[in-house]
Amino acid sequence: MPASLVQTESVLAIEVGAAVTRVVLFDVVEGQYRFVASGQAPSTAEAPFKDIGIGVREAIINLQGVTGTKILAPDHGLITPAQPDSSGVDAVVATISVGPSVKTVIVGLLNDVSLQSARRLAESTYSRVVDSLDLSDQRKPEQQLDSIVRSRPDLVILTGGTDGGASRSILKMLEAVGLACYLMPMEKRPMVLYAGNQKLAGDVQELLGGHAGKLEITYNVRPSLETEDLGPASRELAGLVTKLRQRQIKGVDELYMWTGGNILPTAYAQGRMIRFLSRLYESTRGLLSVNVGASATSVAAGFNGELALGTYPQFGLGESLGTLLQYTELDDIMRWLTLDISPNVVREYLFQKSLYPGAIPATKDEQAISQAVARQALYLAVRALQKDFPASAHAARTELLPPLDLIIAGGGVISDGVSLGQSLLLLLDAIQPVGIMPILIDQNNLLPLLGAASERNHYLPVQVIDSGAFIGLGTIISVIASASYGDQVLRAKLTYADGTDVRADVKFGGLEILPLPSGQTARLSLQPLNRVDAGLGAGRSGTVPVAGGALGVVIDARGRPLQLPPDPVRRRELIKKWYYTVGG
Amino acid sequence: MLAPVLHILPLTTIVRERTLPVAGKVNAHLNQRVNPTDVIAEANYAREHVLLDVARTFGISANAADKLIKVNEGDRLTQGGLVAEMGGMFSRSIKAPRPGRVMVAGGGQVLMEAGDARIELRAGLPGTVIQVLNERGVVIRTAGALIQGTWGNGRIDNGLMTSLIDKQDAVLTADRLDVSLRGSVILGGHVRDVETLRVAAELPVRGLIISSLLSLLLQTAVQMRYPILVLDGFGAMPMNTAAYNLLTSNNKREVTVNAEHFDRYNGNRPEAIIPLPVSTEPDEPNDYEAFAAGQRVRMRRSPHAGMLGTISSLPSGMSTLQSGLRAPAAEVKLENNTSVLVPLVNLEVVG
Repeated sequence: MPASLVQTESVLAIEVGAAVTRVVLFDVVEGQYRFVASGQAPSTAEAPFKDIGIGVREAIINLQGVTGTKILAPDHGLITPAQPDSSGVDAVVATISVGPSVKTVIVGLLNDVSLQSARRLAESTYSRVVDSLDLSDQRKPEQQLDSIVRSRPDLVILTGGTDGGASRSILKMLEAVGLACYLMPMEKRPMVLYAGNQKLAGDVQELLGGHAGKLEITYNVRPSLETEDLGPASRELAGLVTKLRQRQIKGVDELYMWTGGNILPTAYAQGRMIRFLSRLYESTRGLLSVNVGASATSVAAGFNGELALGTYPQFGLGESLGTLLQYTELDDIMRWLTLDISPNVVREYLFQKSLYPGAIPATKDEQAISQAVARQALYLAVRALQKDFPASAHAARTELLPPLDLIIAGGGVISDGVSLGQSLLLLLDAIQPVGIMPILIDQNNLLPLLGAASERNHYLPVQVIDSGAFIGLGTIISVIASASYGDQVLRAKLTYADGTDVRADVKFGGLEILPLPSGQTARLSLQPLNRVDAGLGAGRSGTVPVAGGALGVVIDARGRPLQLPPDPVRRRELIKKWYYTVGG
Repeated sequence: MLAPVLHILPLTTIVRERTLPVAGKVNAHLNQRVNPTDVIAEANYAREHVLLDVARTFGISANAADKLIKVNEGDRLTQGGLVAEMGGMFSRSIKAPRPGRVMVAGGGQVLMEAGDARIELRAGLPGTVIQVLNERGVVIRTAGALIQGTWGNGRIDNGLMTSLIDKQDAVLTADRLDVSLRGSVILGGHVRDVETLRVAAELPVRGLIISSLLSLLLQTAVQMRYPILVLDGFGAMPMNTAAYNLLTSNNKREVTVNAEHFDRYNGNRPEAIIPLPVSTEPDEPNDYEAFAAGQRVRMRRSPHAGMLGTISSLPSGMSTLQSGLRAPAAEVKLENNTSVLVPLVNLEVVG
């Protein structure tokens, strides 16, 4: 087993996704941890391979090709610790998002209190809620029982009662869950996570201990009616999901050994990193991380160290595309397209792609459809999580996001995009951020891996992020205005370090780019007209320092929420213009 | 890079596991020859449960109620059978509301399973039982042609195959289906209307093997009681040449259509099996192999989805695709002699 990361130097981080397996090497360069290189290969959890180890080894072989350093021994075992000839690695961490969505039953007392906490907890991982029970449930106990048995859950999340509070009603629901577990074949019994009234921990153990596939009792997610604390329960849940994957997918056991147990669900690791960064940088507004993957779209938002994490398998770009139209209208996908094509083409795309989740667009038209689908999936995921943002995250209006300090975006459709401009436009359209913030692209999907590494080494993530492992797209200024297309809404002046400047009269409905290369900073003066809000408050002018990036300073004056023209011809022309502006 | 293999084979050995969804009784024995319609295993399962709360009904504690319960775990009860009784001057009792079996008795409650449903598992294909899976089912081996598809509606049946396809891009319409086809497995092309599926159900047919299906028809297809095997995918796609040639050359042969749902984790996928007599058993096919020049491949995505071709070369490193994306790719010579660059993840080897 590899030694603790704190005492070691090189770290191999492995991410097993639904479509792609990535391996990343971190090492100490000039006294600081750095991202060295990455390798990737198609994931092999699914048939005909049925063993994630095949894809992991192929990705490592590709990494070896880049670095010239041997990591795998001739018998294809891992060389650890690092050897004097510089082969091998000192430690391994891993995250995993591959696997069928976790069929979950949630149980709580009150529909709008503990059951909501249970739902939020379930959404912190790759869950699909298949049934829910609470006090308002009108079904007879045997109907609840049959419903649980029929839904064949992988997981039951039990919540309810404040600590020392209600117990009788919870016990009744525990009985239903216990009986349902008892009625299921031994090998199909669900794992159970109890995160309710702590006074009942003993009863829970007695009622469910012998019947659940595995029982974990953790801290109450609702220690009091006013308080919600998902942290400890989501950590336990992450552990249970990893154990479930060990049961379901060949090769996870081996990865568990390689990492000394340091495997986390990818979305959990992403959330952990955002909470960590939110605390570390004392972000006064919000940090947002999005990851649009084949297995799920996950969104993590940190506000003053408080985390909101949503993992949405239904908005993943792989197998679940076949059911995406249960959550959105075809027209809502079509609205993002520059192509004049029949809706049926997009419909067939969704179903065909669901058959082959790992396949990628080979033509420009397919790429355009893929980008439109990704936009809508991310749009839906961000809106779903927004409902669960902490109360401290104030938005100017309910339909807008609260102001953000930083956005970090990852996932194949964003990081492997054709151009950075395309990726930026996708993010701006789908997220529709508010305020003044830099956007970073996590090209190697490092964020969750850093989250996994942070469990054992706090220095590594900070030093890797500070070393510029992410691609800075630039600084975004979002404009909120009540104006007509073409009205002037803002005067902007960007003053460079050498004293020269560039000015722009910004019109409503468009994007304006002021050049500012990566690594440079400048001062941006914003003078909104009338009551326009350019991130400094309605009608307020000011000067802010801004950082450069691949695209510079991007003023998004298309308004919030983004209103697309209803006329399809005009809409397509406008979107083409926006693409042209961002260079993609 | 490793390549998944899509099996379209004129003669191979086919080994398939057939199991019950719940534990039951296996009727078949080792080395038994089975026909597709033979019931190889069966099980009874309770569709629902009845919970009788003795303690609450009698208004007594759970412990006191347990002493009044007259049934034990495993007891079979008829409707009206005595479950619990409280003596005294005004004797009260609880009776079984439906026939069933006692699952649990204790804690002041009795849980019964009721509404017995019976599952009969048929062999689905002719062959020899090579393994008996205790209480679950069997493994059957046979030899014949194997044609795998991309989507199935979850049904299985077998019958004589009748070809109604005269070219790869043919469309199967309702007016081609007449009463002479009753009980047949129909080999057709693209299906684009609900009417075709409904008329096939009315005949009824024993199965449909088609090249492609409009995704708008998926819901109807799932409701059909006969198996529907989609070979190439959704939208208007012609049938791939390998499947077309193999299936049309086996017209009027007995075929098993196992249109089970594609399970990407256990590898079960919808397929058609045409049993053939052999003197010596051919080898089982590989499920995956490494990509190599000369391999016959099938395109999984547009612009040539469903088409077959041959890998002419495998450029090293990453290639830039027409979409602008970069990925490991292969130069593929299509059947129409044009050469295209296709990302490896969009290919599967045919064999």
